[in-house]
Amino acid sequence: MDRVDGVDPVDQRRDDDGHPFLRVEGLGKRFGGIQAVADVSLDLARGELLGIIGPNGSGKTTLVNLISGFVRPSAGEVRFRGRRIDRMPPHRIVRLGIARTFQMVRPFYELPAYKNMIIPLFSPRVRGLVGGKYGDRDAVALDLLEEVGFERDAFVAYKPAGALPQGYLKRLELAKAMALEPELLILDELFSGLSLAEVASIVPIIEKLRQGGMTLIMIEHRLRELFRIADRVVVLNHGRKIADGPPAAVMEMDAVKSAYLGAAAETAETSDPETEAP
Amino acid sequence: MTERRRERIDRGIKKRSEDVFALASWREMLYLAGPRLLPVALVLFLPPLLSPYWQKVMLSVGVFGLLAVSWDLLAQAGMISLGQALFFGMGAYGAGLLDRYLGMPPFLSLPIAAVLGGLVSTLLLLPVLRLRGIYFSMVTLILPLMLVRVIEATKIFGGTEGLSGLTPWPSVWVEMYLILGALLAALFGFRRMLAADYGLVLKGIRDNDRSVTSAGINIYVYKAQALFIAAAVGGFAGAFMTHVYLFVGMPVFALDYSILPIAAAVVGGPGGLAGATLGAAILVPLSEALRGFGGLRIVFYGVFLVVFIVAVPEGIFSFVRRKYHQFERWVEVD
Ligand SMILES: Nc1ncnc2c1ncn2[C@@H]1O[C@H](COP(=O)(O)OP(=O)(O)OP(=O)(O)O)[C@@H](O)[C@H]1O
Ligand SMILES: [Mg+2]
Repeated sequence: MDRVDGVDPVDQRRDDDGHPFLRVEGLGKRFGGIQAVADVSLDLARGELLGIIGPNGSGKTTLVNLISGFVRPSAGEVRFRGRRIDRMPPHRIVRLGIARTFQMVRPFYELPAYKNMIIPLFSPRVRGLVGGKYGDRDAVALDLLEEVGFERDAFVAYKPAGALPQGYLKRLELAKAMALEPELLILDELFSGLSLAEVASIVPIIEKLRQGGMTLIMIEHRLRELFRIADRVVVLNHGRKIADGPPAAVMEMDAVKSAYLGAAAETAETSDPETEAP
Repeated sequence: MTERRRERIDRGIKKRSEDVFALASWREMLYLAGPRLLPVALVLFLPPLLSPYWQKVMLSVGVFGLLAVSWDLLAQAGMISLGQALFFGMGAYGAGLLDRYLGMPPFLSLPIAAVLGGLVSTLLLLPVLRLRGIYFSMVTLILPLMLVRVIEATKIFGGTEGLSGLTPWPSVWVEMYLILGALLAALFGFRRMLAADYGLVLKGIRDNDRSVTSAGINIYVYKAQALFIAAAVGGFAGAFMTHVYLFVGMPVFALDYSILPIAAAVVGGPGGLAGATLGAAILVPLSEALRGFGGLRIVFYGVFLVVFIVAVPEGIFSFVRRKYHQFERWVEVD
């Protein structure tokens, strides 16, 4: 497929002008009494695969919602290739090239899987590339689904999404985001609810995306699988970033250990500013 | 021991016709085209057979059919309108004003009033496009009722008297075939639109707007477009009626124009516009036929509505379509 080359030629040519690919600075979000994300800063380079981990409720999804514009930050800013995006509506952020999947997959259950792909293929970001005529998008949809592992001869792609097992729903969710030809792809717990074998079959798809130059952020609870493919890991706890570094190093940090152990043992308050890692 | 049981089977052609395939025979062609040809044939050949009174009823079917199609279109994009009278009234007043103050002939004022009415209605509802569910519905319900009071209080556009003595259509046949033709055009045209990718996006907004937004699609642009199309369809019906009644006044914002289209869409089966049209074609004549009951008319009408909704909850159209695509036969079972 040569669709990748076709994307937004102007955007591709223009370099990031020395700006970091993605920069998050002092980002915070308060929901009533809950500080879901607090003063998070991080940089992401083009082509990197960043993992975000943390106990349940530590603010991972909220951080992604802030970056993708689904939630307005109460503090801080987000820049994508030098451009502030934290005040932009979510659909405009997608058009700039940030696509995301959702932790809770919610497809159009009564539509066949491949018809679920039509809406992302109708996106202003890729609409021109697919051709306008009725039915053209179906072919592209089937191609993309095949890429994420819908075997073409098995006709799974023609089944209503409601009849698909979780593994296929997750693949569909991934394919929908890939259809947008993003530059930054954010995957929120893509692996959760999948068997080891299913995860093992999705990992090569992600590796292939990386070879194509894709930048990725992956939120995961499946640490073992994540650490095999991540370049770098950020750990959140109670909305704060408590660690940032290569997977192996991060897991050795005391703060991270206690955060995870603390969460597991349901003990109170582990986030101590003093233990914050650089 | 054997006993007999009725077995229901889907006709194979139904499955095949959902995809591209070569038609094997005239019978198959007729099988597929029949449901589409039937309404066209009815519209062409039925009116001349009717008495003048029932011809007027047929006009009403056209008008309420358009309002029901307009309602169903909006519902497809997740907007439940309780104020079809807003669209109807906008078009009606538009045509009245164009006729009275610019001396425009009906054939010009009709399309212009439809578009203008659609635009004004869309602009009025634009600020509440972000409201979901019942909140949006409430605003559509209130707006036409408010406009009536505005006209009454400010005495604009003829105030409580309205505008009368407007230009009629050249003949009753122009009248008849214009409105029924418009209904068929709207029915088939918008059905096609909903079946295309554009329609998928509209329904996507209804079912899961988060998913549509995350495709980089501005849902409010699409909602506004759907609103404009639906409002223009409703406005067309209103503008048409202005040149039938030769009068436009506050009654064009009446609740009837809001409620009956919803009843038609629900009884016929919302979702594909065909149900809405069929619903109007059943309910409008039914309401006329019940006139003999005098004061109890509305009671009987209500009973019919409830019976329809309880007995055929999927909608009459879906029910008929299902039956059309099945055949039954007796089989022996052990
Ligand atoms: N829209 C919202 N309104 C109110 N509170 C919210 C909202 N979204 C998230 N929260 C709260 O913010 C905190 C962080 O939630 P978030 O979903 O970001 O955590 P998470 O790290 O993704 O958790 P998980 O691993 O369970 O997915 C939680 O306490 C949650 O209840
Ligand atoms: Mg989460």
